[in-house]
Amino acid sequence: MTRNAAARRRKEALQGWMLLLPALAIMLVFTVYPVFRSLYLSLFKYRMGKVPEWIGLGNYEQLFSNSTFWKVMRNTVVFALMTVLPSMALGLMLALLVNRRGRHIGFIRSSFFYPSVMPMIAIASVWMFIYMARNGLFDQLLISLGLEPMNVLSNKDTVLPAMAVMYDWKEAGYLMIFFLSGIQSISQDVTEAAAIDGATGWKTFRYITLPLLAPTTLFVSTIAFTNCFKLADQVIIMTEGAPNNASTLLLYYIYQQGFTNMNYGRSSALTVIMLALLMVVSLPRFFSQDRKIHYN
Amino acid sequence: MNRQKTVSALLTALSVLLALIWLAPLYWLVMTALTKTTFNMSFFPSSPFTFENIQYVWHAVPFGQYYLNTIILVVVTFLIQFLTSTMAAYSLAFLNFRGKALVIVVIFMQIIIPNDVLIIPNYLTLSEIGLIDTKFGIMIPFLGSAMAIFLLRQHFKTVPRAFGEAAKIDGANLWQIIWRVYMPCAKPAYMSFAVISVSYHWNNYLWPLIVTRSPQNRPLTVGLAIFAKSKEADMQWSNVCAATLIIILPLLLAFFIMQRHFMNSFVSAGIKE
Repeated sequence: MTRNAAARRRKEALQGWMLLLPALAIMLVFTVYPVFRSLYLSLFKYRMGKVPEWIGLGNYEQLFSNSTFWKVMRNTVVFALMTVLPSMALGLMLALLVNRRGRHIGFIRSSFFYPSVMPMIAIASVWMFIYMARNGLFDQLLISLGLEPMNVLSNKDTVLPAMAVMYDWKEAGYLMIFFLSGIQSISQDVTEAAAIDGATGWKTFRYITLPLLAPTTLFVSTIAFTNCFKLADQVIIMTEGAPNNASTLLLYYIYQQGFTNMNYGRSSALTVIMLALLMVVSLPRFFSQDRKIHYN
Repeated sequence: MNRQKTVSALLTALSVLLALIWLAPLYWLVMTALTKTTFNMSFFPSSPFTFENIQYVWHAVPFGQYYLNTIILVVVTFLIQFLTSTMAAYSLAFLNFRGKALVIVVIFMQIIIPNDVLIIPNYLTLSEIGLIDTKFGIMIPFLGSAMAIFLLRQHFKTVPRAFGEAAKIDGANLWQIIWRVYMPCAKPAYMSFAVISVSYHWNNYLWPLIVTRSPQNRPLTVGLAIFAKSKEADMQWSNVCAATLIIILPLLLAFFIMQRHFMNSFVSAGIKE
């Protein structure tokens, strides 16, 4: 009988691994292996067609003493500041606004969410004309108000904010649906009890809704950070980093170093830095109680 | 009571106003694509209605080919993901074996690290196995989807074990149990996963850009970007809008028809692959 049980267990294990094999193999080759490969390659001087040459931390030293690298890191952080909090605040606000029943509420929700089913590349192509110099819709608006046209994409001080506005417009509706599901999972009893105790709209929000949404907020912040780091499409379409790298973000820099300069060593070092950033912003996923809510 | 009514009306007005602001770029895009080109860009295009821009772009760019490529990519990716994820999810939900925890770690890694971040090492791998400029090369990193596995596993677990055991006693083999018992029960999860997979791959840009070299393999997004950046498109907002409309239309229509379903799918998956 015990031998039988052991054989059954072995059969189950074999079956388990066989079923996992195809998906697992792909994940190992295209997610796990590349992480370690980036770490490894970042220690080499390695350009396309050349033999890799071990230089230890050389790539990192070069990057850290390179002003462009620091500019890119600054841009990435600034862009994150201009996108993560504003798009979350907007998303929460929209969620509160559309958390009602009504004939047209579905359509209103969809108007906020539809940019999420459009490729960034299409959005950037359209917004380019909004931002275009003089003839663009934004500059035309300024001119009609008697102001100077700004040509926002060519100015180093306005190019990132301009992209951030476009990004927040795209992202707010996406974050909205997570806040909406968070709000709707808060028990009606709690808010009703607060109402009986005389809490008004703002007080209910401040002392009941917002604290109870904390796990959702933490989860949404991870998504918001990850999404803003993983996008380079708009930079490729709108500016290619211009003017003078004022709009170069980390992922675009990785792309440029790897595929324009063919410098695989340096772009691997940049990939490692990106992975470290993603690890930091994903930490809440592991401590969040909310994991259960969103993953089940 | 009256005050409450006023507040409610104000909130409705505010949400309608914001919705209009959000819809403005789409309105401009559609109107510009479907009216005659004018010398100056206008927010309310008032020139006559025309299909000329669409026709021009359709012939200037091999959009027919790109459409075919994108459809092949989206459908084949989904079908393979469907198989690999179902198998993996069943294994993780019901079978006991050592090393399972490690698999969960791998799945979490994929959830945390977006594929686009790994373009350099994955490009090197792809060129070593000779898949540069192939459709399969675009698809292969996505054929094991952590998001789908997670979603399906959670759904499978809610199906009472007795169902599976009853089928087993009736002599059903593993495939029949998965196919006849668990898949029908997890239909909503499959629908969510389909929505997310299709929207992701219809819209994906950076990876296909890097992998493809020829029109025979380029998807719509890459085609659009090449057109939008070409000399012919310079200052040609009507044409760029027409091209953009061509590539976003199917997904956007599907979304507006099944709004609720789309939004729920994104919530239940909690992540974009």
